[in-house]
Amino acid sequence: MNRKWKDAAHLIRPAVVFLAGLLIFLGLRSALVPSDFGKWGHYRAGALEEIRSKPLRYAGKETCAGCHVEQAGQWEAGKHARVACEACHGPAAAHAADFDKVKPARLDIASLCSGCHEKDAAKPSWFRQVASAEHSGGAGCEGCHQPHHPKL
Amino acid sequence: MTPVPGVEGFMYPNEVELQWSILIVLYPFITGLVAGAFILASLERVFRVKAVRPTYRLSLLTALAFLLVAPLPLQLHLGRPERSFEMFLTPHRSSAMAMFGFVYLWYLLVVLLAEIWLDYRADIVRMALTERGWRRWVYRALTLGSFNVSEASLRIDDRVGYAITVIGIPSAFLLHGYVGFIFGSVKANAWWSTPLMPVVFLFSAMSSGIAAVLLIYMVAMRLQRRPLDMDCADTVAKYLFYVFLSDFALELLDLVHRIYEADESFRSLDFMVHTRLWTSQVLIQILLGTCLPLALLAAVQLWKWSAPARTRIYWAAGFLTLVGIFAMRWNVVIGGQLFSKSYLGYTSYKLGLVTREGLLPSIALMLLPFGILWILIRLLPPWMGKEIPGHGASPATS
Amino acid sequence: MDTSRREWLTGAGKLFVLGFATAAGVETSGQASLNSGGYDVRKHYWAMTIDIEKCIGCGNCVRACEKENGVPEGFFRTWVERYEIKGADLEHPQVSSPDGGKHGFPPSNRADTKQFFVPKLCNHCQDSPCVQVCPVGATFDSPDGVVLVDESYCLGCRYCVQACPYGCRYIHPEKRTVDKCTLCYHRITRGLTTACCEACPTQARVLADLANPADPVHEFLRTNKVQVLKPHMATRPKVFYRGLDGAVR
Repeated sequence: MNRKWKDAAHLIRPAVVFLAGLLIFLGLRSALVPSDFGKWGHYRAGALEEIRSKPLRYAGKETCAGCHVEQAGQWEAGKHARVACEACHGPAAAHAADFDKVKPARLDIASLCSGCHEKDAAKPSWFRQVASAEHSGGAGCEGCHQPHHPKL
Repeated sequence: MTPVPGVEGFMYPNEVELQWSILIVLYPFITGLVAGAFILASLERVFRVKAVRPTYRLSLLTALAFLLVAPLPLQLHLGRPERSFEMFLTPHRSSAMAMFGFVYLWYLLVVLLAEIWLDYRADIVRMALTERGWRRWVYRALTLGSFNVSEASLRIDDRVGYAITVIGIPSAFLLHGYVGFIFGSVKANAWWSTPLMPVVFLFSAMSSGIAAVLLIYMVAMRLQRRPLDMDCADTVAKYLFYVFLSDFALELLDLVHRIYEADESFRSLDFMVHTRLWTSQVLIQILLGTCLPLALLAAVQLWKWSAPARTRIYWAAGFLTLVGIFAMRWNVVIGGQLFSKSYLGYTSYKLGLVTREGLLPSIALMLLPFGILWILIRLLPPWMGKEIPGHGASPATS
Repeated sequence: MDTSRREWLTGAGKLFVLGFATAAGVETSGQASLNSGGYDVRKHYWAMTIDIEKCIGCGNCVRACEKENGVPEGFFRTWVERYEIKGADLEHPQVSSPDGGKHGFPPSNRADTKQFFVPKLCNHCQDSPCVQVCPVGATFDSPDGVVLVDESYCLGCRYCVQACPYGCRYIHPEKRTVDKCTLCYHRITRGLTTACCEACPTQARVLADLANPADPVHEFLRTNKVQVLKPHMATRPKVFYRGLDGAVR
């Protein structure tokens, strides 16, 4: 029995090496796994807060209407009532946060209007669209239409 | 339709650029060689195929050399390689890829290193006592402090080694099979998604591993100016033939099944094979890389050839097999990304040269295992003097 | 023997109480984080409805998303496809998405084909294959139904990109991690709508909160025939399309 053990004793050594490695691994693991991992699922719970804290670029139409009351009133009564302010004016959260220093960009009305309203067979038939060459002979849209209240 | 460079038809905008490059072709190829080489070793150890004994230690060293290189293409490919340890910290149990770290470590430590240590122990002890200089310290470290090489202890080594090899066979299957599952379980990809994928990967892995060891064995004998053990070479080649034939049958089954069922993806995939994949799949993988080596190996089984003729056939068949299996990996990985998931278009793969995922790093990664193998062979010579070391034998006299 | 048993019981008892208290404490703090800054994740379950009959292919949504989220050039968190179908040939639609539809589409005046636009984005699937395959847990389902990416944890292995049947993921070229539509999580958790929905001039795209009984989505789902993309994949997407043609891939 003793003899047998002596002849198998060398097998302890790689086993010890393996075990030591395993313990080091477990130790490292407990140190390195983020503390909030696994709280609500297999992910780092802190990620939710990080993603939520990303900056806003679009303010949302309620914010615009908060200051630009007159334009908002016109717009609500007109055909563009479903088109949000920033859909044309672009992202305005920076402007809303510091309206004196940051102004929204000037708009290129011609391309803005035609982007939606240029006639195209793929656009749904209920949507008001015109072939601008026939419609106005190339004249600018704002000559006749007020964008906040476009119907003539 | 507005043309996008390299794209034919329509692809979802984010699909145009391939996600997995040649590095991801290399990884299954390398782990395939590992698994295959180990299976060849187990043929002798567990299934007592005495004839392949001369390749036993070489197979183990080959497996180790390739296994050490295996994680490198993956690391090079990751967007954030410095975070790869996260797979050990928080492995996601539903992800086949999360298995990688553990299966790899298990196979490296418990199977390969343990088996190599047990088989070489007698020689390591001898060299620890007889070598001089820095080599002496290397061998002394490898003995792990035990110098007991009595008959009884070596017999125990033999028994434990046998047990490890028995565990090692399913472990080798797992090491490479899970790679097949990584592809085969992606329902979004019609080219990859099939239950046959892990099995096909496994059989092609075994083919490539056996072919690699055959070639390395013939090269080693040539370099050492020793006569080739024809009995060994013939047996290895015979196993290569049967395994590769099985692999071919499985791949044909997948192909026939696809053609017959002709589901929504079929027309798109069929077109892709006939155009973008014609050279790599039909010409290189199937004709040159499978049919030709199978024909050569079949010829050896059917008719009598002289030893020099058989040797030349084995050189050709072995090399062609490796080309064919590499092409198979290429066609699976790259091919699976050349067509759109809308089945309406195709893109192209731009292989860089000196970029991180380019051709030159790939070649370097394929050459590296041979460099490591050379070091391993110098450190742990597979063939000591004239005798071929057996199992449980007393320290070989050199 | 008696003393040591008593000690053992006391010790075990203390541990038990401590463990229970800790668990309760964790539970409380866990709940506190679930409801932070007035937003309770347990009270929302986000989705989106898209009305194909209303989409005019203007590309506002693609531009707005790009500006809101800093989407890199050449990659898309949302995009618009134009379909052109001739007669009964549903198998071979002509589909295009020039730069994701970011600047609209070149005009088409063909009268002999059926044409329409299909906006696409991440479907925030309930059984998302992308979450299933992530090896480390960098992409996940939030408690309120949004599939998100933890960009400080992602390895960039691209497995999720392969697993997504809809092609909505990409690798951010600078961060080298995976990026995709977050349903403007930073906006919707503050009571705003997503950038794409804000910018849509016809309200073809509307954010939906399935957990809110007052949300118009319930009426929408009740009164319209809706479809999801690739239902056979069984990913249970949460982007519901009204007017989706059978030819849409």
